[in-house]
Amino acid sequence: MTQTALIEPETADLMTKFDGLIAERAALLAAGVTDPFAIVMDEVRSPTEAVIKGRETILLGTYNYMGMTFDPDVLAAGHAALDAFGSGTNGSRMLNGTFRDHMAAEAALREFYGTSGAIVFSTGYQANLGMIATLAGRGDYVILDADSHASIYDGCAMGTAEIVRFRHNSVEDLAKRLARLPVEPAKLVVLEGVYSMLGDVAPLKEMVAVAKQHGAMVLVDEAHSMGFFGEHGRGVYEAQGLEGEVDFIVGTFSKSVGTVGGFCVSNHPKFEAIRLACRPYIFTASLPPSVVATAAASIRKLKHAHNKRQHLWENARALHGGLTALGFKLGTETPESAIVAVILGDQNQAVAMWQALLESGVYVNMARPPATPAGTYLLRCSLCAEHTPEQIKTVLARFEAAGRAVGAI
Amino acid sequence: MTDRAQTFDTVARLIAPFNKKGVALSEGTSFQSDLEWDSLTVLDFVANIEDEFDIIITMNMQAEIETVGQLVDAVMKLTAKA
Repeated sequence: MTQTALIEPETADLMTKFDGLIAERAALLAAGVTDPFAIVMDEVRSPTEAVIKGRETILLGTYNYMGMTFDPDVLAAGHAALDAFGSGTNGSRMLNGTFRDHMAAEAALREFYGTSGAIVFSTGYQANLGMIATLAGRGDYVILDADSHASIYDGCAMGTAEIVRFRHNSVEDLAKRLARLPVEPAKLVVLEGVYSMLGDVAPLKEMVAVAKQHGAMVLVDEAHSMGFFGEHGRGVYEAQGLEGEVDFIVGTFSKSVGTVGGFCVSNHPKFEAIRLACRPYIFTASLPPSVVATAAASIRKLKHAHNKRQHLWENARALHGGLTALGFKLGTETPESAIVAVILGDQNQAVAMWQALLESGVYVNMARPPATPAGTYLLRCSLCAEHTPEQIKTVLARFEAAGRAVGAI
Repeated sequence: MTDRAQTFDTVARLIAPFNKKGVALSEGTSFQSDLEWDSLTVLDFVANIEDEFDIIITMNMQAEIETVGQLVDAVMKLTAKA
């Protein structure tokens, strides 16, 4: 018997692939700026105010569009569920993880959207991941907008369908691609009501018509429109008169609803089957009872939140108009949604401006490629119905000072 | 000129506007390591190729294409089918 020498193989370090990212971040921090991706909210005082590093800060970069996070009825529902059902569910929706308030949240969604079906997922990301990967199987086609959210791309990557992209918000490009596909296979066109980077709205009416013409089903992600687009606040599809024409609506609890979670609503008679087949629904823990209870309470209130809707739109118009007047370049010519994106020249200018705003007490989101379209650097502002006219005025003054300091205006 | 050479020329013409460094193109030129394209450039370019040849190159197929030669082969196959 021969003895083989024991050679210890050198371990190939899987972390080496992150060296580029580590170096880029180090270089940014070496320039003496605060890390835009490591902000800590030490206190949150209201939907529009927090304390960051001891400084009172106006929040202009959260997705708290309808300002529901401190609503007394919402908080009371959460407290009651926490006391009655405990802190967590310890299980999947499919097994032991469906409690009274998961059913209440789904009932509230069916009522809000006027649909026969509603399924609650643990996050909005998982709702897109699960719906797309489960709906479209081998041999089917998913046709998506090039600027789609990561959760949509990841749903495509997780599934086995053929994936086709079209140029952002181009009806013509979508129509051309649909016309080139074979007729027989099933198709799912995936759209978003509001695209989150620039805050631009999709021409859903034309796109849904083209999709139907080619026999495709349609899924619309209305994450950034719930509560303030359309007569019932259902989203851009409602505002564009597409009630009953969209097969699946995906949404989230983490924006207008003010907690965390995701959902899909549909009128499809076989919709419930998703619960039996969808891995991101089955193989994860369900939301804690307090979370679904706050979601249910919030959704019921959003149905009647006409004043909040009006305030939110007033705020969006005031900020968009003010920034335009100051000479900033914005993502949309008119205030199309509750997102106002300021376009800056490069990373250095964006970070300098972002930091100047933070130091003057305004928090906005910094967004950079590859998350942003066309390689742009953005300071993304999102409005809240609870922002006061005084806060908007303050924000505009601080934008003016920061913009002049970094040479953006 | 063969069909393949013609397709290669058309592909090269569509690469040109994105070939910032003026890399000389051959069958083996890699989109990622030679042309150093990011995902946004790839997106624009693929859309142009699709429209030029009236074809669809699915993202699944794109994942398999690394070089100019492989793209020309894919275009030949897709246009033959059409």
